[in-house]
Amino acid sequence: MGRLSWRLAEVAEIRPETERVVTLVLEVPDWDGHLPGQHVDVRLTAEDGYQAERAYSIGSAPAGARVELTVERLDDGEVSPYLAGELRQGDRLELRGPVGGYFVWEPGRGGPLLLVAGGSGVVPLMAMLRQRAATGSKVPARLLYSSRTLEDVIYRQELERLAAAGDGLTVAHALTRAQPPGWAGYARRIDAVMLEEVGWRPGERPLTYVCGPTRLVEAVAGHLVALGHDPARVKTERFGPTGVP
Amino acid sequence: MGGFVSRGFRRRRRPEQAGEATRLPPGQYTEPGFPVLTAGPTPRVDLADWRLKVEGLVKTPREWTWEEVHALPGSTFDGDIHCVTRWSKLGTSFAGVSVDTLLEAAEPLPEASHVVAFCYGGYTTNLPLEDVRGGKAWVVWDHEGRPLPPEHGGPARLLVPHLYFWKSAKWLNGLRLLDHDIPGFWESLGYHNRGDPWREERYWGD
Repeated sequence: MGRLSWRLAEVAEIRPETERVVTLVLEVPDWDGHLPGQHVDVRLTAEDGYQAERAYSIGSAPAGARVELTVERLDDGEVSPYLAGELRQGDRLELRGPVGGYFVWEPGRGGPLLLVAGGSGVVPLMAMLRQRAATGSKVPARLLYSSRTLEDVIYRQELERLAAAGDGLTVAHALTRAQPPGWAGYARRIDAVMLEEVGWRPGERPLTYVCGPTRLVEAVAGHLVALGHDPARVKTERFGPTGVP
Repeated sequence: MGGFVSRGFRRRRRPEQAGEATRLPPGQYTEPGFPVLTAGPTPRVDLADWRLKVEGLVKTPREWTWEEVHALPGSTFDGDIHCVTRWSKLGTSFAGVSVDTLLEAAEPLPEASHVVAFCYGGYTTNLPLEDVRGGKAWVVWDHEGRPLPPEHGGPARLLVPHLYFWKSAKWLNGLRLLDHDIPGFWESLGYHNRGDPWREERYWGD
């Protein structure tokens, strides 16, 4: 693997996902592809030469020169307000990648698969589910996804479609802050009981990927180990004040 | 790719205060908090079972219990740490023991040239022996006056502050001295073999 050089991508499309979250569809010349779960580094340069770099997870399955980043706007952030506020179709953006070789899954790695997401932590997991669907994989998969409210759920309709395909994927939502009338899903933070109800038994030896804020990831990974899951089969990615994405 | 400007982008962070800017390696920004980044569940290590080992190409392989390692001469670090995900934490402190003290006890053989730090939970990272000698590396169990929390590597982690922080292995179990280099966990997955933040050695080929 050679040096990861900076490339100039073009914003082909900007898709609103939620009030605070957008997906940037990027056209990246000479993109060599990526594995679901990997991220890219984005670099912004101001007129005066000031630069800021951050990492963002790729939300799309590998597909030619197109790369989709889903970005949550953090009001006190420096890069995300630009990406999810200022950037327009036709603008150009410097990035390099793909980066990261551990928090990745492809259908060939098998399963069963347990994906646990908090907030925008769903982004790299979505790349895995999209790749699973795109390849016609029947690897049994379960997604447990925690959001504050229904309106904060990223990719909600697409997740419904994927779960309705009947190809072995189930999706369970936990809404921690507010629930719509008649809500049949979970109405609390992810806990051990929920992981037992939604997840696989340790004897089924699932591959587990957990991504979200540090507090969620710490809690979920701790519960899974306490329930008897092999720590070596639990992969985590966190974002706190900084980090990925 | 010189000359590219991101249309409409302006700095939003407050400028670094006097003295901070020269302490920030290229591509880094200051972070007042202490973010957690790890690849898997946080191992829980019972202090009664905890051991610190120095083994491999040494005259006397050594192993310390929690009590024994605390009986060694203590050493502290006050300074800055730099994570490859671009945050730097300036003016922080850790306390523990200097790696020099551990190596003196074990006596490296002349052919020892590299170190693999190995950890509870299976993590490894590799370093040239020179990067952990001469007052440049510690094994630490206190952070800013309090016991190092498990999510930050407690009971004890390696501290090599002049390199990116993934080299400062959490949940340290020991150091193995070798006469050759073996890439560790992140070093096998695309991250730079040495990781000098001042040379911005983030990924392979940087």
